[in-house]
Amino acid sequence: MSEPLLKVEGLKKYFPIQAGLITHTVGQVKAVDDVSFDVYEGETLGIVGESGCGKSTTGRMLMRLLEPTAGRITFSGREISELSNKELRAVRRDIQMVFQDPYASLNPRHTIGKILEEPLIVHGIGNAKERKARVLSLLNTVGLSDFHAKRYPHQFSGGQRQRVGIARALMTNPKLVIADEPVSALDVSVQAQVLNLMQDLQRDFKLTYIFIAHDLGVVRHISNRVGVMYLGHIVELAGSESLYEEPLHPYTQALLAAVPIPDPDFKREAELIKGDIPSPSNPPSGCTFHTRCPFKMDICTQQEPIFKEVKPGHSVACHLYNDAHHNDIKQSN
Amino acid sequence: MKKELLNVIELETTFFTDDGPVKAVDGVSFSLYEGEILGVVGESGCGKSVTSLSIMGLIPSPPGKITGGEIMYKEQDLTTFSQKAMRKIRGKDIAMIFQEPMTSLNPLFTIGNQLTEAISIHHKDWPKKQIRARAIEMMTLVGLPRAEELFKDYPHQLSGGMRQRVMIAMALVCDPNILIADEPTTALDVTIQAQILALMKDLNRRLNTAVMMITHDLGVVAETCERVVVMYGGKIVEEGLVDEIFKSPQHPYTQGLIQSIPDMRYKKQRLYAIPGNVPKPGSVVQGCRFAARCEFAFERCTIEEPELYVVSPQHKSRCFLSEEGMRNERAVIES
Repeated sequence: MSEPLLKVEGLKKYFPIQAGLITHTVGQVKAVDDVSFDVYEGETLGIVGESGCGKSTTGRMLMRLLEPTAGRITFSGREISELSNKELRAVRRDIQMVFQDPYASLNPRHTIGKILEEPLIVHGIGNAKERKARVLSLLNTVGLSDFHAKRYPHQFSGGQRQRVGIARALMTNPKLVIADEPVSALDVSVQAQVLNLMQDLQRDFKLTYIFIAHDLGVVRHISNRVGVMYLGHIVELAGSESLYEEPLHPYTQALLAAVPIPDPDFKREAELIKGDIPSPSNPPSGCTFHTRCPFKMDICTQQEPIFKEVKPGHSVACHLYNDAHHNDIKQSN
Repeated sequence: MKKELLNVIELETTFFTDDGPVKAVDGVSFSLYEGEILGVVGESGCGKSVTSLSIMGLIPSPPGKITGGEIMYKEQDLTTFSQKAMRKIRGKDIAMIFQEPMTSLNPLFTIGNQLTEAISIHHKDWPKKQIRARAIEMMTLVGLPRAEELFKDYPHQLSGGMRQRVMIAMALVCDPNILIADEPTTALDVTIQAQILALMKDLNRRLNTAVMMITHDLGVVAETCERVVVMYGGKIVEEGLVDEIFKSPQHPYTQGLIQSIPDMRYKKQRLYAIPGNVPKPGSVVQGCRFAARCEFAFERCTIEEPELYVVSPQHKSRCFLSEEGMRNERAVIES
C-alpha cells in the first residue's frame, strides 16, 4: 500500500479542569486519548461516535486549531505537530475544514464573494482579477450562480450556506478536507444534495475526506473506511462494508442496533444497551466501555484493551479478541 | 374503530410579522385516536411544531394567532378557551414534551420540586405525602434509577437521557389522554434515543396514552408510529398507515423524502436528492406548495391547489396524480 497522506500517531488532548479562587488544575478531561490512524489519498475516512467521544476534538487537532497534548501528525511526509505558525500556514493550504453550522461559520457582515476570496488573500494566491475569477468558478462548481457573490450569508438557506462553506474550503485547492458534521444541521432533502455534491467534488478534484459525523447512515454512505470513537478512543476501525456488516466491538454493535431504520417491516434483533455515556473527566478504568458492555469480563475493568488488527484491514480494541477469547465469541455469534 | 380523542379541523395559524402575515399552518385537519401513536413528519418550517403549539394553546401572541379552524377535544373547541381554561387542560388532559430537556427544566429547582409542582397544580387537595409518592412512582415507571435520591437532585446533575426521562415523567404524572412529543429524541445520542423511544412505546402500551410524535426523522416514524401525517409548507400532503406510506408513498414529496435518506443497512451508489430548498413559511401562495421542486409537476400544479385525495380507505394524498382517473397517467409518467 502507498504511503498515507495523513498519519496520526498517539494523538492526545487533555483539557485541564480548573477550580478554586486561585485557579489550579484539579483534574483532566481526556477528550482524545491515544488515537492513531492513517488516511490514504483519495479515500474518505468516516469518524463516528456519540457526543463527547472526541471526534470533533480530533478533527480540530489535525488542523492544529487545537494544540495536541501529545502525539504526532504527519501530512504528506511532513510532521505538522511541531511546526511554527508561519510554517503551519503553508500546510493549511492543503488541509481545509468544513464546519457543522453554516450559520455560525460565515461572517454575517461579509459578502459571499469576500468570504470566498479571503483564503486566497491569506495564502497570497493570485492577483485581484484571478481571485475574482476563482471565486466565480467555485461558486458555479458548488451549484451556485455568479450573482450570489454579492449577497450576504443571511440571504441564503441552510443548504446554500453549506455549499458556500464547501466552496470556501476548496478555494486553496486543498488535498485533504476535514468535514465536521457537515450535513447534520440540514433538512433531509437538502442533506442528500450536499452529500452528492461532496462526492462529485471528491471525484473531480481528487480530494481526500475525513468525514466526522454522528449519523451512521450518512457515514456509511460516504465513507470507504470508518473509525468508531468512544470516550476519546478509537474502538474499531475497518472498511465500511466490513464494519457495518460484521461489527466486532460490542459498542459498534450496540450503536448500529440503536439506529432507527426507516422501514416499518424491520425487526430489531439486538438488545439495546443500557446506561449513559460516562463522563470523560472521570472515565471508567480498563476498557472505558465496560460499564455498558453486555460481554464484560473481569479483565475489562482492570486492563485497557490494545487496539490491534484482528482481520485484514479490521482493527478493534476489545479483550474479546485476545487470542484466548477469540474462539468463544465466534461460537456465540 | 378506535375512539377519536382529538379532532383538528382546518386549523390555520398565522404569524403577523413586519413583512406581513405568514400562515405557518394552513388548513390542517387530522384526528388522533385513543391509544395510538401518530407521527407528524416534515422538514423545518413545515408547520409541524406550530400545529402542536396551537393544540396546546402555546402560540406566542403576538405575533402568532390561530386565525381559523377548530381543535375539538371532548366536544369542546380548544381554540375558544381562555388562557385560564387552557391551564386546566394542559398537563391534565394534554401534556407535551420538548426537544431540549435542559431548557425545559428549571435549573434552580430540584427534580422532585418540579415533579410535585406538576401534580399539585391539578390535584390541589392531595396531601403532600401522596404527591411525593406519586412523583416517585412516576420516576420509577420511566426507568429512572434511585428515584428517592434523584428526587433531591438538580437538572444539571442529570445526563441528557435522564433529563428527558424526567420530562416524560412530568408530562405523564397527571395521567393525560394525549402526549405531544415535539422532537423528543433529536438532541440525544443514538443509543440514548433508542432507549427513550423504547420507553415511550412501552408507556403508550401500558398507560394507553395517545401520542403525537413530531419528528423530522422517518426512521423514528417507522419504529414507533402506526399512522403518519406528512407535512410540507404548512399543509398535510399525505396521511396514512405507516406501512402503507413507506411501501407505496403517493405524494412526490413523501417519495423523495424516503429515497433521500441514507439507509444504514446497505450502501446506495447515489442518493436521490429533491432539488431546490425547503420553502420559507408563507412563500408559496398559489398552486401546490411542492410544485417548484416536483419532477412530475405540470401546468395545473402551479395554478390550482390540489386537495387531499383518497387513495385507499386510510390513505390520502394531496397531489393531482392521486386524483381518481389520474392514476393511469401517473403510471405513464413514472415509467
